[in-house]
Amino acid sequence: MTIKDAGSLTPFDSGVEYSAPARGPWNIVHVGTLVPESHQVFVCAQSCLRGVVLTAAEMNAMDRFSTIAIQERNILKGDMEKLIINGVTDILNKLPKLPRAVEVFSSCIHDFIGCDMEFVFGKLRREFPNVDFTDCYMTPILRKTKFTPDAKMRQQLYSLLKPVPLEEKMVNVVGNLEPFYEKCEILSMLEQGGWQLRDINYCGDYDEYQKMAASSVNIVTQSDTLSAGEALEQRLKQKLLYLPVSYRYEEIDGELKLAAETMGLPLPDLQELKNRTDQALAHAAEVLAGMPVAIDFNATTRPLGLARLLISHGIRVITVYADSFGKEEEPNFYWLKEHAPELKISATVHGKMVVLPRNEAEQYGGRLLAIGQKAAYFTGTRHFLNMLENSGLHGYEGIIRLARWMEEEAVREQDVPSIIQVKGWGCCG
Amino acid sequence: MGVLRMRQVSRVLSTYTADVSGVCSALYEMGGMVIMHDASGCNSTYNTHDEPRWYDMPSMVYVSGLSELEAVMGDDDKLLRDVERAAKELHPRFVAIAGTPIPMMMGTDFKGIARLLERRLGIPVFGFATNGTHSYVSGVGMALAQAAKKFCLPKEQLSGADGGQKPCVNLLGVTPLDFSVTGNVEALKEVFQSEGYQVKSCWAMGSDFEALIRAGEADVNVAVSVAGIETAIVLEEMYGTPWVLGLPVGPKLTRRVLEAVDLASATGKNQLPLALATDGVDGKTERNHRQTYIIGEWVWAMALRCSLIAEYGYDRVSVICPLESEELFADRLLTGREERISGVLDAAVRAGAFLEDEDQIEERLKDAELVIADPIYRRALPKDRAVDFIEFPHEGYSGRIYRKDIPVFIGEQWNQWFESRE
Repeated sequence: MTIKDAGSLTPFDSGVEYSAPARGPWNIVHVGTLVPESHQVFVCAQSCLRGVVLTAAEMNAMDRFSTIAIQERNILKGDMEKLIINGVTDILNKLPKLPRAVEVFSSCIHDFIGCDMEFVFGKLRREFPNVDFTDCYMTPILRKTKFTPDAKMRQQLYSLLKPVPLEEKMVNVVGNLEPFYEKCEILSMLEQGGWQLRDINYCGDYDEYQKMAASSVNIVTQSDTLSAGEALEQRLKQKLLYLPVSYRYEEIDGELKLAAETMGLPLPDLQELKNRTDQALAHAAEVLAGMPVAIDFNATTRPLGLARLLISHGIRVITVYADSFGKEEEPNFYWLKEHAPELKISATVHGKMVVLPRNEAEQYGGRLLAIGQKAAYFTGTRHFLNMLENSGLHGYEGIIRLARWMEEEAVREQDVPSIIQVKGWGCCG
Repeated sequence: MGVLRMRQVSRVLSTYTADVSGVCSALYEMGGMVIMHDASGCNSTYNTHDEPRWYDMPSMVYVSGLSELEAVMGDDDKLLRDVERAAKELHPRFVAIAGTPIPMMMGTDFKGIARLLERRLGIPVFGFATNGTHSYVSGVGMALAQAAKKFCLPKEQLSGADGGQKPCVNLLGVTPLDFSVTGNVEALKEVFQSEGYQVKSCWAMGSDFEALIRAGEADVNVAVSVAGIETAIVLEEMYGTPWVLGLPVGPKLTRRVLEAVDLASATGKNQLPLALATDGVDGKTERNHRQTYIIGEWVWAMALRCSLIAEYGYDRVSVICPLESEELFADRLLTGREERISGVLDAAVRAGAFLEDEDQIEERLKDAELVIADPIYRRALPKDRAVDFIEFPHEGYSGRIYRKDIPVFIGEQWNQWFESRE
């Protein structure tokens, strides 16, 4: 449908769902391995274990991964707690070396049968006092709730941090799967202000990870990971600073000012940044020379925001692939309805996506630039920016970098199937 | 605390494709719509790891997107509505709904749902009470068998035998989970066709629907995996067609399988050509006396065992089947049919074991000198000494990871491959 016909931020009917073979986004196994020196134990039925086991195998992380298979008899007998306690005990006793931390993943079944996980963890903590345990969840049944399993996983990623006195001039970035792009202005602001940034992506061992507990501020850049920051604020008293990835200049200005005020940082020359961003986008528009662009929701947390930015700078965005849009996209949604009413929005999981042709790029002689793996798959293009979950881009410098990437990919052809089928891009690929 | 012997725990090993994916895999090419009744996103495992056709061969395989509220309330209405709407839009040949762990907890009545949808849609609808705790063998088995039962034409609508000199066969139990997409299905057909046997249909890869529903025109059904047995029994009950359980691996066993087809056709009796003697093998060396284990799907493993014994003179070859084939044989197939397939179980007991748990497999491999198995099983080898290991990737175990290394193991191509590795 076109955006002018979209009635709301959730424009598509829900129904049976398709899954496109674009596998770049990280799953809970990839995310869980960010805790250094940790071991994961998944307790699920065989059908649920299959995906996570092979995720671990594909990322060559089987040494950090074990499973306990639930069988029908465990549900009928009600011995689930015993199964988990004995299973985890067995696994830990047989590992060559005790891990520093263990992430025990329970599943939908445990929620439904009322498994007493508090009892389970109490017993395990007594049995293994030198191991830190945390509860993690593979509960896709909650995927359509406000607090999604992915958001919960990002939260639990920091649940092993133990309270310590907070240190001034120490700040964490929380919830991101990739470090900030090195030229982002927030990094230079922190550096000039004498602040040191900690990021789980850079933690080489468990002790370094624990140092994140001493930071006095946590920066969160995505609404989906806000709960991680909120939980840390409540538990460790670390101040939460929400600086979402945005493509609207006034919002970016507001965020940089907020960061400056909160942490006492010098503010860069915002007008100069805006001018350079405009120049970068104008240059990209010149290079693309009318080449159509499609964007998907896996590439960026604000696909409509990005579409708005590009369209307002003369770049021809024709389609946005997303099944729904977050509340923060509302201003972009209405701006696009008014200024780009013919912009197509397309679902990715709708049942019809199996049978619809995936060759839109052919209409343009193959010259269509996809931003994101799903956009590349559905349009059938070979010009493709392999960007996932903002890829560390933030602020004006993030947009400038993005404009340059677009220019590069507009002229380069890639073997799309071999790239997008890799699971957990950046982690495995 | 002492070390437990813990069942259901995998510290180092993977897990096989589950029953629900087996249903999808079996029905993939039949033009139907298959719905996994599960939470949103749970289809990605099938689409990523269990289905090598997903990128290039579109098929209407979906997940229902079951939510917490629907599960708690036991609400089937949304499932019914969504499936009905999708079927009316996309016009599948049939609909199949397969269960997963949460519908098992909810007590979803798959048969009832299927009946209701069938009335509303006017097309065949299957309800498979899979629950995600069993392997693909049972899922493939039940899906193919039910499809055969529902779609295969009655005798009176079929043509008679085509008068060829050799019997006409159907190949049963063929999915990428056991045969991948690396050339085995084509090689399997070629083995029969090159000897003058017409392959009527292949359940269910590479055959169009019209060929499948005419399966009753074949003289003999060849179940080439455990997953094909149930369909063989269904077709036997429908048409009286005898069946052969076996896989043509290596020239000797291939000859034996073809002879078994001839014999089944001539006598109407089922045949089990999965045992061969070591007689006539020259040049035995110490290598032939190595304690050898073959780990994997039972028919495949037994066929490899036959080749090692009959063609290479190995004399200590055991099979480890980590799939739940024992249960399949015993509970679903053997009951009331002991006289027909008891030889299969006898052979299995003599040759090895059905072992599902990592501890059991590690224990059994303690005396191993040669292991032929999926590369992931290397992790279960004894750590205190070197063991020869031949990597034989299995799509139903390690998924796509080693797909490029999956050999063509049908007919003499098996020998070429094995000799290059041995």
